[in-house]
Amino acid sequence: MSLPDNGYRAILAVMAAVFGGLAVWFLIAVVVQSRSAFDTLGFSWIFQKVWDPSHGKFGLLPFILGTLETTAIAVVLAVPIGLGTALALAYLVPERARAALSTTVELLAAVPSVVYGLWGLVVLAPVFGSTVEPFLTSVLGWTGLFDGPNRGVGLLLAGVILFIMILPTMVAISRDVLVVVPSEQVEGAMALGATRWQVLRKVVVPGARTGLLGAFTLATGRALGETVAVALVIGNSPFIAHSLKSPAATIPSLIVNNFGESSGLQLSVLFAAGLVLLVIGILVNAAARWLVWSAAGSNAGAGAR
Amino acid sequence: MTDAGARTPSVEDALTVQTEEAMSPLPTGDVVMTLTDVAVAFAGRTAVRDVNMDVRAAEVTALIGPSGSGKTTLLRALNRMHDTVRTAKVTGSVRLGDLDVYAPSTDPTLLRSRVGMVFQRPNPFPTMSIYENAVSGLKFNGVRKKALLDEAAESALIAAALWESVKDRMKASASTLSGGEQQRLCIARALAVEPEVLLMDEPTSALDPIATKRIEELVVELKERVTIIIVTHNMQQAMRVSDRCAFLLMGDDKAGELIEYGPTATLFSEPTDPRTLDYVNGRFG
Amino acid sequence: MTALLDTPADPSVERRRAVQQAASSSLGRRKLASRLALGVCWLFLAIAIVPLVAIVVNVISKGLPAWSTDFFTHSTTPEGVPGGGAWNAIVGTIVITAIAVAVTVPLGLLCGLFLAESDGRVAAVLRFTADVMTGIPSITVGIFGYIAIVQHFKAYSGLAGAFAIGFIMLPVITRAGETAFRGVPRSLNEAALALGARRATISRRVVVPAALPGVLTGVLLAIARGMGETAPLLLTILGNQYLQWNPTKPMEALPIFIYNGSSQPYADQVQLAWGAALLLMVVVLALSIGSRLLAAWLRKERR
Repeated sequence: MSLPDNGYRAILAVMAAVFGGLAVWFLIAVVVQSRSAFDTLGFSWIFQKVWDPSHGKFGLLPFILGTLETTAIAVVLAVPIGLGTALALAYLVPERARAALSTTVELLAAVPSVVYGLWGLVVLAPVFGSTVEPFLTSVLGWTGLFDGPNRGVGLLLAGVILFIMILPTMVAISRDVLVVVPSEQVEGAMALGATRWQVLRKVVVPGARTGLLGAFTLATGRALGETVAVALVIGNSPFIAHSLKSPAATIPSLIVNNFGESSGLQLSVLFAAGLVLLVIGILVNAAARWLVWSAAGSNAGAGAR
Repeated sequence: MTDAGARTPSVEDALTVQTEEAMSPLPTGDVVMTLTDVAVAFAGRTAVRDVNMDVRAAEVTALIGPSGSGKTTLLRALNRMHDTVRTAKVTGSVRLGDLDVYAPSTDPTLLRSRVGMVFQRPNPFPTMSIYENAVSGLKFNGVRKKALLDEAAESALIAAALWESVKDRMKASASTLSGGEQQRLCIARALAVEPEVLLMDEPTSALDPIATKRIEELVVELKERVTIIIVTHNMQQAMRVSDRCAFLLMGDDKAGELIEYGPTATLFSEPTDPRTLDYVNGRFG
Repeated sequence: MTALLDTPADPSVERRRAVQQAASSSLGRRKLASRLALGVCWLFLAIAIVPLVAIVVNVISKGLPAWSTDFFTHSTTPEGVPGGGAWNAIVGTIVITAIAVAVTVPLGLLCGLFLAESDGRVAAVLRFTADVMTGIPSITVGIFGYIAIVQHFKAYSGLAGAFAIGFIMLPVITRAGETAFRGVPRSLNEAALALGARRATISRRVVVPAALPGVLTGVLLAIARGMGETAPLLLTILGNQYLQWNPTKPMEALPIFIYNGSSQPYADQVQLAWGAALLLMVVVLALSIGSRLLAAWLRKERR
């Protein structure tokens, strides 16, 4: 015997309410527990430079900058490489190999982040310290971005590890939207005498514009929130990094490293830092969505006939 | 011009020949394209074969026949659209004037600037404005001078009977046009490149009767400027617009073949082949 | 070859000449640009594949030697003491994942059913919430788990970890479920309704079975994701070097085990971390690949 319709709907509604309740509980919990930090310290601590809990100083700026900088490195690498890879998978690779290669790239996403951290720390960091960093310093040292000793761990390594981690997201979503650009448009461009690259650049990529921005947004969000892989390779220094080779820290790495020993005010500050991270994530997401909206709305829309 | 027998022609030579040939209009009646024993096969399975025909300048040549007879396949072979299909093989000879279309030294992108195409469903580029669509072909081919772009766009849009409706909204998105207008924009886009031959693959089958009529009128007007080869499954349309018709039919081996080719009036009133007679009398199709 | 010159030159012919001129003179440049750009795309594809290959090769070569009977049966020993293993971590992961799955899958699927059956504003808000939830940084989820369970009960526990992992899995399962349920053809639904069946029966007998491939894929992927999360566990289960089956107590888990072992100066601890990393990676990859294969197989079976 099965439930009568009313009972059935009621149960579903209850489940949905539980779901919603969890989400609300989450917000309330995080906000409430952060309150004592804001009550005691106000809001200015968020933008201060010195983090020294033993002297009551809780400046969050180094960690905000660290979060933004590692994300920036990751995204700057992931957008072109991700797009190029997606184009290759969508239009250049022979049909038979497409599924296999796409899956290979997507499987990168299944590797747990802590494994990335372990690999980054034990395998990649020495390579960075002995080979990559000296090379980059010799070639690009004039930019002033590569001052300091070659430690291996630091901002650059963290950014690169993040890049590897968000790449599969970028590639998978980009490929999905590039492939569905109508073949009639591809053919139309070809028939006018366009080279393959002209077709991709002027017709396919613009045609997938909205979806590509969505991929960018998602990838950026992932980079902002990543914790353990970054914590393991960033060097964990509470100071603002002055070069790509400096050790640094991000808000997630701050929380995870200080959590165990924190209590009272410091604990509340860590919760508040988590809240700040959420806000940063929302702002970045909103900025990206606004980008999408204005690109789609302003000129010839990415719409169908 | 090279000395006879002095050296083997290089790619530059081939390109020079292509350029020089494109310059002058041929008088009506001259042969623009020659097809000799043309056949197209996909993965070994023949789709169309035994096509022999001369396409004449300043004329509309229609490819007619029931579905499956290989008309579109044949049409697409003329501007090497099958190049991207790995399993496709085109045999026989297609010549555009003196140019061997399928010679290894012939560049397909350059060929397509001389042989344009309009598709069955209007396909303007949705992310570009009307103006940008109209000049897109020119830009693909490396034309940069604003004066030439503007002039070619205006001339093409006038020829496509679209100028009056769009001249004040050239920056608007191409998707704001109606179906018929979009198709005319696609025609203008192809015309702007000043091709010698325009291939049209059932250009009105996705349009309403009024839009269809306007495009048919356009086709007849345009033939002075560009030789047109049009695929149509609509016999009445073929009768209305074409000067010459090629009738294709699928044979027992499931491959299309050219049954008869001749002036439209003759083909429809006194065809030589009995199969043509059956088709034009509506006994199948 | 003579060119016929009309008086004055036909503008169309002039343009044709200009276009062909531009076309052939720019051809070399355009083709080169195309070849370069496409070459870069291929290069980037290679760059994208290299890290995966490198990680898999490294994890296997460094982790496999760690797999011994001790590894799978002993718990962590203090540094320097031989014979340590990851059994406590394995048990912890199993228990925590099992609890999270047991709670989240039914809840998530029922919510997915709710979303699939309604298009009202409430559903829209819920859907939006679920989408936002999948993007929340996992460290913040860990904070939530700490506040909700650890602070409340004044103890770290496996349950708190399960709560946090469940919170991460829930929106994934819900949305995957909704997508799968919506994918069931309306005709099946309507036929059953026309026969007088109750909605609960329809869902149980028609919709869920039909959506099974999509549901299974989503669930397996959610599990893969949940098992790989570290940050939430770091804030909720504390870790435990002894074997612990009781979820109300602090527990160890594979991700924590790896995290702690990574930065150890002792080679044998790092070795164990590799072994655990190999185990975790194998399981997660198996779930990911397995879910796709399963979905494809189930879809074929239904034809």
